[in-house]
Amino acid sequence: MIEIFGVEVSLQPIWLTLEVAAWTTAILLLVGTPLAWWMARMQHSSKIVLEALVALPLVLPPTVLGFYLLIILNPNGHVTEFLRFFGFEGQLTFTKEGLIVGSVFYSLPFAVQPLMHAFEAVPQKLLDAAATMRANVIDRFFTIVIPLSQRGFLVAATLTFAHTVGEFGVVLMLGGNIPGETRMVSIDIFDHVESLEYDQAHVLSAIMLIFSLVVLMLVYGINRRFGVKIG
Amino acid sequence: MTRLKGNLQLILGNFELNSGEFELPLEGVTVLFGRSGSGKSTLLRAISGLDKKTTGQLTFGNVIWQDGSKAVPTQKRNIGFVFQDAALFPHMTVKQNLMYSVKRLPKSVSPADFDEIVTRVGIADKLERGVNFLSGGEKQRVAIARALLTRPDLLCMDEPLSALDWRSKAQMLTLIEDIVSAYQIPVLYITHAPAEVERLATNIVFMAKGQIERVESLQKALSRVDSPLFDDEGAVSVLQGKPMPIEQGLRPVQMGNNTLWLSDLGDLNKSMVRVRVLARDVSLALSDPEQLSIINHLPAEVIELLPQENHRVLVRLELQDGQKLFAEITEHSASRLGIVEGLTLFALIKSVVLAE
Repeated sequence: MIEIFGVEVSLQPIWLTLEVAAWTTAILLLVGTPLAWWMARMQHSSKIVLEALVALPLVLPPTVLGFYLLIILNPNGHVTEFLRFFGFEGQLTFTKEGLIVGSVFYSLPFAVQPLMHAFEAVPQKLLDAAATMRANVIDRFFTIVIPLSQRGFLVAATLTFAHTVGEFGVVLMLGGNIPGETRMVSIDIFDHVESLEYDQAHVLSAIMLIFSLVVLMLVYGINRRFGVKIG
Repeated sequence: MTRLKGNLQLILGNFELNSGEFELPLEGVTVLFGRSGSGKSTLLRAISGLDKKTTGQLTFGNVIWQDGSKAVPTQKRNIGFVFQDAALFPHMTVKQNLMYSVKRLPKSVSPADFDEIVTRVGIADKLERGVNFLSGGEKQRVAIARALLTRPDLLCMDEPLSALDWRSKAQMLTLIEDIVSAYQIPVLYITHAPAEVERLATNIVFMAKGQIERVESLQKALSRVDSPLFDDEGAVSVLQGKPMPIEQGLRPVQMGNNTLWLSDLGDLNKSMVRVRVLARDVSLALSDPEQLSIINHLPAEVIELLPQENHRVLVRLELQDGQKLFAEITEHSASRLGIVEGLTLFALIKSVVLAE
């Protein structure tokens, strides 16, 4: 508990939120990059199915996604059993790990879509040219595709992070609301409002508002300064 | 001389490439010629391995590049490729673009002379520039240097001049000629411009509807009356000669014992030049007319008379050094002068230009 503007609030939910968002962003950039690349290069009509699956969290009520994840990830389910086989000892529901897994699914489109569009915009000619200069697929990806998709990565990282910070439904379903463990800031604010603790809700909301504004301005600033122009 | 042999198939949407059996002698410049949509670019992409859906057979010298659907990937074919719009990497400087080639040379291949290439290509003073600050011609020069630095066994060029204005085109043609003679790399060159073919080609691959129609030498292709190389200007002959120092404001070009006089005084430090003569610019005379403003009079022998539409006759002539020349005259003139096969006469050439 610390005191801000004479109001006693716990910043713990904020730290947890930032931690979960950071992990989610890192994981999604790592997993989303090959997935987005694969989808960007796909010419088969099954691409539609994949695109729809990736976009699903955009339209699905977060509680629906949270509900299914709760069922799939339950401590006696196949997924957890499978992970136990590799020495995993915890559980994926009502824990921080669970929050991260849920967030990864929930924020998937926000990472994959900007990356896919960035990859699609890299002219095939440049990759062909690199191939004629003896660059193999992986070489081409790291020396041509990634540098020309910087903007896409920046947008993907920002959106994923911001979207994870703002989530509510999935987190509530999958993480519950355990103070100090799975209580994220959006739920904390909701709790304060429920218990008519408007002062605390004000302080936390203001912190989130300023934080989000600063992060976005920082990102747009970087984008403007270092943005790579193609063409 | 290396030969490129094969039979390639590639279906892209509605377009079907089915080359048929081919065997290309790779000497000098081999031009892939045809209308747009005839499959020139598709064939070149199939040959260079850029399209994974290619099937068929392809051997370069003794090396198998394609066998059924198994293909050696582009990066292992030792080819250089110059794309229509240069395809320079926009996030790199000129030098970084060039070093991309150099850094990836296998250890078994000795690097090319970097300074010599950038000087010859004319970009030595632009190495630190970003590629977005180059003109179209400069971009294409960088692309050529980049391709040469890969130490290619085969240089592929896909309409490298199509995006350039006429002045840069003329300069680039000179550069390409220079490169072919300096490095002795066989070139596969796509164009649909007959003038480029006449200037550069050793052999020509004629393409139509996704098929190779025929492969023949430039001389052979130009000797056909219905050659696809002839557009609305009618039949064209290309004569080769040795440029001599300027005399009385004209450029003499030596062909055997005869001389052709050009009004083009451009800088010609080449051992051989090609000049282009339209058949309709050639008149015939039975004796050498002396009081005439036309300065080019060449003795020639009639080989063949080919009747054309509109009461015109195409006369195939052989010059004293063996080169062939077309003259287009009216039926009336042909019969008035009594032109028959075997007759010796004089060809009067009204206008000659350097092929470009």
